[in-house]
Amino acid sequence: MLMSANSLGLMGQQNAIGIDISGGYLRYHNSLEATIAGLNVRIPAGAWTCILGRSGCGKSSLLRYLANLLKDTAHWQGEVTTLPLGNSKHAIAYMAQEDLLMPWLSALDNVMLSTQFGSMPSRIKKTQWQFDKAHSLLQKVGLGNKANHLPEQLSGGMRQRVALARTLMQDQPVVLMDEPFSALDAVTRYRLQNLAYQLLQDKTVVLITHDPQEAIRLANQLYIMQGRPAFAELLVAPTSPTPRNFDAQCAELQQTIMDRLEQDYE
Amino acid sequence: MSNLNALMPVKLHPKKFLSNPLMRMIVSTAVIIGLWQGLVIGLELPSFILPSPFAVFEKLIDRHDVLLRHSWVTAQEILLGLLLGLTMGLIFAFQMLLFKPVKRWMLPILIASQAIPVFAIAPVLMLWLGYGIASKIVMAALIIFFPITTCCYDGLRNTPRGYLDLAKTMGATKWQMLRHIQLPAALPAIASGIRVAAVIAPIGAVAGEWVGSSEGLGYLMLQANARMMIDEMFAALFILSILSITLYFGADTLLKKLIPWKA
Repeated sequence: MLMSANSLGLMGQQNAIGIDISGGYLRYHNSLEATIAGLNVRIPAGAWTCILGRSGCGKSSLLRYLANLLKDTAHWQGEVTTLPLGNSKHAIAYMAQEDLLMPWLSALDNVMLSTQFGSMPSRIKKTQWQFDKAHSLLQKVGLGNKANHLPEQLSGGMRQRVALARTLMQDQPVVLMDEPFSALDAVTRYRLQNLAYQLLQDKTVVLITHDPQEAIRLANQLYIMQGRPAFAELLVAPTSPTPRNFDAQCAELQQTIMDRLEQDYE
Repeated sequence: MSNLNALMPVKLHPKKFLSNPLMRMIVSTAVIIGLWQGLVIGLELPSFILPSPFAVFEKLIDRHDVLLRHSWVTAQEILLGLLLGLTMGLIFAFQMLLFKPVKRWMLPILIASQAIPVFAIAPVLMLWLGYGIASKIVMAALIIFFPITTCCYDGLRNTPRGYLDLAKTMGATKWQMLRHIQLPAALPAIASGIRVAAVIAPIGAVAGEWVGSSEGLGYLMLQANARMMIDEMFAALFILSILSITLYFGADTLLKKLIPWKA
């Protein structure tokens, strides 16, 4: 599996990008209170950064801001530096909690969705190369035989795997994930975490989650977001390689996180 | 259980028999005809009030050439009216979506226009477009214009936000978004608009024929009524309902085939 990432030349083309946020402040136009203030987060290149927090704490807002989706609805202050400097701000792929598969497109066409967009839509010249790439990605997520199925014919786990393949098809250096595994049952989630970890190895991944276990399994860098307005605090992630099997250290960390998160509910 | 099923003749299995919509329709039609005939016999209704179903059937066969000629005219009016109304509605909905000022100015006019009954406009249309097929096409188009426009506009406007966000992060332009996300996402809503239109378009066409025409099923019904040929009137009515039902189920089947996913 390790060799597959580079064997087809699908990934690892770009140098990984890191993101530094300092003094981040975010307020929605229709709100008087800030959602985020005094936020300092360092997202290292080519690693998984997990941001934990209770629902509604503002972690999704942060991700949506990074995905450039809040341009018209929110006010942002603070410095966002991409490293190495000069890299495009739009070099991101976005994966949400819902799979967001277009119900009218087959699994394969959903994977190829991004080829319709941008300055050079390839509707006219949908190349063989793109077909092959989409096919091989579907195979990698274990759905090679479902290429022509419509989303409604697939299970929730399969749909999220198609979404993962779609994200990989975009081949962006930064992948923003907004609780993409949270709607799945425990075992499906576990397997999808492993799969995502394998396939996104040389990407910079930002994973938003409210599940401490998920964060502990996958994080190279672990933040907890809390307070109102929200700020982020760095936690010490375990040093063992990800995806981690749960050991005593992980369990202890989970307890710490639970205690911390609980404070935020008061 | 499966052995038992295999032994039982399918036809005698009432549940299975009635699960077929066509069968249900045949059964209910038979029941209605039975009641109709019962009413005619039981109340001793004269044939100029309510002709028996058999008299109507006889008329259908006797006068099939006349009936067919007029049916063809009405069918043309309905289909062309559908086409025109659909095109106008789609164009209008797109205009309102793409140009905000158009929406602000046109929506009130659109709603106000619905306050005027189409029937009231009919004489004006006759005056402008003549007694021919054109005025009926416009009638049918006018009557379906509003439901088509609103369904289409709502469908285009209510694209799930997640779809739009995803396309945005993929760098979609406004036009690409419309073409690849909003339009296909609106298709199920547009389809319900078309279903409604298929049912009410015949109303527009026939009402137009009543107001002034020289051919069509509506014209035939008026003529038959004036000459007390009630059985012929019922025959025309029968064909008209068959026409409407066929149109609806035809549209429904076609749309289900073209838009197989759920909304």
